[in-house]
Amino acid sequence: MNPGPLSYFLVSAFGIGAVVSGWLVFRTDSMLRAAYWLMVSFVAVGAMLIVLDAQFLGLILILMMSGEMTIMAIFMILFMMNPAGLNPMTMVHQHRTSIIAGVGSFIVLAFVGVVAEFPDRPVPAGNATVALGEELLGRSMLVFESAGVALLAVMIGAIAIAAKQGRFGDAFDGSEEPSIDVETGDRS
Amino acid sequence: MIDILLVVAAAIFGIGVYGALSQQSFVMIMMGLELMLNAALLVAITFWWASTGGNPAGQLLVIVILAVMAIEAAIGFALVTAVYRSRKADITEKLKKLRN
Repeated sequence: MNPGPLSYFLVSAFGIGAVVSGWLVFRTDSMLRAAYWLMVSFVAVGAMLIVLDAQFLGLILILMMSGEMTIMAIFMILFMMNPAGLNPMTMVHQHRTSIIAGVGSFIVLAFVGVVAEFPDRPVPAGNATVALGEELLGRSMLVFESAGVALLAVMIGAIAIAAKQGRFGDAFDGSEEPSIDVETGDRS
Repeated sequence: MIDILLVVAAAIFGIGVYGALSQQSFVMIMMGLELMLNAALLVAITFWWASTGGNPAGQLLVIVILAVMAIEAAIGFALVTAVYRSRKADITEKLKKLRN
């Protein structure tokens, strides 16, 4: 199926939106806003999936990430300083190395994406969601079920890790906030 | 079209690499990882759409990536909670010492 001009426009617009909102995640002063910028980036990618005939996965992505980023926003308020962005926030280290790594990976991956030749076998016209459903409940049911079992194991493991009553007694017993000497980085 | 999609995915991945390496806050590092997985997801659907002739196994790969994203977030938040309880630490600079 050859994409029309509308598909080009929508993919380009949502692509720019996904990249810009992804960048704003690390530029905003508020961690809460960072969580919601990340959600905007995911929603834009979900919209791109819908344009690419993967309607089911696009909607699942939007639904799932809206919930996950809301939970992440709650964590921001619980644990982090400056959730409202009332003060300037710069919490970075090895900044130059990070920029080089990020720009370098973008250049390498974009170069491969533009230069390499990929097989031209587009999705045929039809309902891809029906095909996915038949795949999930047919040949690949074991993979689907394995993902469900993995998620169950993670729920149990996450509760065990985060429980107040840890393996060695109450999690708060003996805990103390490590201090950092701003000048030298030494701990007291 | 595939060029545009792969360049967008590369840009999102690059931003994710920058975030995961540069941020001090645990939750912000997780955001960088999520952005990298977001790019992987977009690339998987791009190749499914353009190069597999509609093979549904390509969409199945995306469901596996979604499961990995959920697992990463759940274990990440659990570890953040555990570390905060034991060390009162919310940034990487407070965890230079592994003892105790």
